Amino acid sequence: MRSASEHDKVEGFPVHFALNLVLVSSESRSKVLLAMARSTSKDAQALLHSFRSAYAATPTNLKIIDLYVGFAVFTALIQIAYIAIVGSFPFNAFLSGLLSCIGTAVLAVCLRIQVNRENKEFKDLPPERAFADFVLCNLVLHLVIMNFLG
Amino acid sequence: MAASETSKETILRYAFGNVLSFFILVLIGVLAFSIRLFSVIKYESVIHEFDPYFNYRVTQYLTKNGIYDFWNWFDDRTWYPLGRVIGGTVYPGLTLTAGTIWWLLSSLNIPLSVETVCVFTAPIFSAFASWATYLLTKEVKGAGAGLMAAALLAMVPSYISRSVAGSYDNEAVAIFALIFTFYLYIKTLNTGSLFYATLNAIAYFYMVCSWGGYTFIINLIPMHVLLCIVTGRYSSRLYIAYAPLVVLGTLLASLVPVVGFNAVMTSEHFASFLVFIIIHVVALVYYIKGILSPKMFKVAVTFVVSIGVVVCGAVLAVLIALVASSPTKGWSGRSLSLLDPTYASKYIPIIASVSEHQPPTWPSYFMDINVLAFLVPAGIIACFSPLSDASSFVILYIVTSVYFSGVMVRLMLVLAPAACIMSGIALSAAFDVFTRSIKFQLPGATENSERDAGETSSNSVVAQNDVAKTEKNEDAVKERPSKKNRKKEKEKENVEKPSVKSQIKKKLLILPLEASIIAIFLLVLLGAFYVVHCVWAAAEAYSAPSIVLTSHSHDGLHVFDDFREAYAWLSHNTEVDDKVASWWDYGYQTTAMANRTVIVDNNTWNNTHIATVGTAMSSPEKAAWEIFNSLDVKYVLVVFGGLVGYPSDDINKFLWMVRIGGGVFPHIKEPDYLRDGQYRIDSQATPTMLNCLMYKLSYYRFVETDGKAFDRVRRTEIGKKYFKLTHFEEVFTTHHWMVRIYKLKPPKNRIRGRAKKSKSKASSTTGTKRIGTKKKNPWH
Repeated sequence: MRSASEHDKVEGFPVHFALNLVLVSSESRSKVLLAMARSTSKDAQALLHSFRSAYAATPTNLKIIDLYVGFAVFTALIQIAYIAIVGSFPFNAFLSGLLSCIGTAVLAVCLRIQVNRENKEFKDLPPERAFADFVLCNLVLHLVIMNFLG
Repeated sequence: MAASETSKETILRYAFGNVLSFFILVLIGVLAFSIRLFSVIKYESVIHEFDPYFNYRVTQYLTKNGIYDFWNWFDDRTWYPLGRVIGGTVYPGLTLTAGTIWWLLSSLNIPLSVETVCVFTAPIFSAFASWATYLLTKEVKGAGAGLMAAALLAMVPSYISRSVAGSYDNEAVAIFALIFTFYLYIKTLNTGSLFYATLNAIAYFYMVCSWGGYTFIINLIPMHVLLCIVTGRYSSRLYIAYAPLVVLGTLLASLVPVVGFNAVMTSEHFASFLVFIIIHVVALVYYIKGILSPKMFKVAVTFVVSIGVVVCGAVLAVLIALVASSPTKGWSGRSLSLLDPTYASKYIPIIASVSEHQPPTWPSYFMDINVLAFLVPAGIIACFSPLSDASSFVILYIVTSVYFSGVMVRLMLVLAPAACIMSGIALSAAFDVFTRSIKFQLPGATENSERDAGETSSNSVVAQNDVAKTEKNEDAVKERPSKKNRKKEKEKENVEKPSVKSQIKKKLLILPLEASIIAIFLLVLLGAFYVVHCVWAAAEAYSAPSIVLTSHSHDGLHVFDDFREAYAWLSHNTEVDDKVASWWDYGYQTTAMANRTVIVDNNTWNNTHIATVGTAMSSPEKAAWEIFNSLDVKYVLVVFGGLVGYPSDDINKFLWMVRIGGGVFPHIKEPDYLRDGQYRIDSQATPTMLNCLMYKLSYYRFVETDGKAFDRVRRTEIGKKYFKLTHFEEVFTTHHWMVRIYKLKPPKNRIRGRAKKSKSKASSTTGTKRIGTKKKNPWH
């Protein structure tokens, strides 16, 4: 147990709470911890709020792609839960199912990167071309999946 | 007016340059094809070595029976009595490629035999490989470097050695697939296009089909991605280049039967999955950083770090426990022997015994990549100015391939394209400096320099694409809103100032005129030395088919065609179902040319089976007969070079037989065959050595050749000269005694009860004592 000194600052927390880590009695200790917990929850709420407000500003087509990505990942998680419960036979079916979910998620993220108008590197790529590439890659992916599914 | 004239001139120059480089590429392709034809000219159009015969046999089967039968083929003519699942253990890329070419040609009514197609597949694909090198180096540094690298790769001896006409092995197409995959990866990285990412995955699939060395790609690319992330070069193009490749690539790799589920279960692929997770984390971090304000971002970081560390620790602990529970930590034997060069010699003598797995000597570097060996460091430096994603990839490629080539001589082949790319970059940069020095110091230079200011700065600064882009946009007339025009003019001003500055800097960098002329002449001379060496290496060193040997003596050319003589004898004078036992080197050739079932062959997948044959070769005659009889063997084939001086015969390989046999059957001990640690077959040899089957089968009746039984390879007279064989009989010896075939004697029909006098016809000189034995002995 040592007293807090000047270089015991914890990043992200307000400074005066760090200084208040001097332990005088158990009561003040619990009070300090409670205050810390409250501050972290307040920070979490502030974080979530700012994240939500920033995300609300993204255009609708990007939100649709994000929804698609979320759905693919959710399907993958369901498959993993299934394999945990039931077992992994036949393995190639599991592998192709899981990789198809991850594959469509990755390709959708690539599409989102290319279609996002804030992205400087792709500003002269027409979104139709991006979508055509996306469709082509998905075709190849699903051809392989159907072959491997057995 | 001046602008349109210069634009016409530049367009003309570009057109002329493109046509010229097209013709140069065609010439490079023709060069790559024709330099590999020495073996066809000096010998004949025949398949070389050992492994290509297996590939040839598989291609024959494919062309005769079609792809479904090939995919499901179970071969019972090899590894008797185990057989081999060809469909599941062969890399199908090469055979499918050659089969497709044959089928295409025959459907066009061009009747080439399968053997011709197989022999010439390698030169054709080496031409493709040099074009792929051009494309790859063009992506890294520019068209000049690309042409240089392509010309170097067309001739580099290390690649010629494995792709000469007749060398129908996996590397013939695999090197092309390797370079092409790398090219598509760099192209995707430079352009960020998902189309090229798809093509990259398909090219990677072709590479997985072709060669086991695909693990090099699937470890090098994640290493490069990690390098880019760590050095702060993460961009969304990196994500597009890498993430689809991992998913599609893993799926496509599992499609190939020989890889199957290894694509997700062996440690060779774990690096790609790890970097896959890392790049997603990094991408998420960048995305959140872009959305949130900096203060909020810091709060998010603390949260994620505190939670994420706990989760990551748990996952990592589970993973490490899983991997550590397997004895080899999930790596295959071959990969482990690459990472730890001493692993194979300690644990797996078969891998250590393959001649291609030995580490190379220093002279072999100068033999195989010659002049490139000291152009590579210059190329590495040239890649650093400026450092881009593509050039960092090539640097990583050369460093890793230099390490692996030092472990195994076979992997000098992977070093060759990297060395050519680096040397091409170095030579092109050197020529660039010298020609620019000459150009700026020629008499009419100063007037043209101002007019060409735009062009030269955009032509010479190849890697700075934005400069070229602004110049091109200035030349092309397009409709743009005024705001963009103003921005462009400001950009152009800002760019022109540094371009003028860089031009002035470049003027200061030029060398004196005489020095540059001499330097160019010397570089051309260097290239000439390289060409001369490559042609010599291709003609003299790497064209030998090793199934036909030649020697020049005072009375002309001697041709030793003993191998084919022996296989032809086997195919004409034995039954179709007879089994032939020999050391594993000759298995492929025996099945392909003699069409007989063999016990072990070059695939070496079953160590115990090979150890059984090795034990049989190291045992005395009776024990060997027992072992061979249990395997239904009818004929034993032995290669002997003592009469003509052929150094790769079975007596020289015999110690490996002892070691591999002793690894499984402990009664075979290597010191029993050595006298004072020395391996000898003369009068000082140990009795175990003089009584073993290999000695007897090699030297039976050898004394009849010159009366003294002088072995030309070991350079000594042999120890035991007069002996008879009890359990084997000689059926064929080739013209130069290089291949000797023996038949197992059947056991006698009648057993005459107790052993009688020792005066029997086939008394062996093993001196076995039979006093008081009550065992029924069919031989006496």
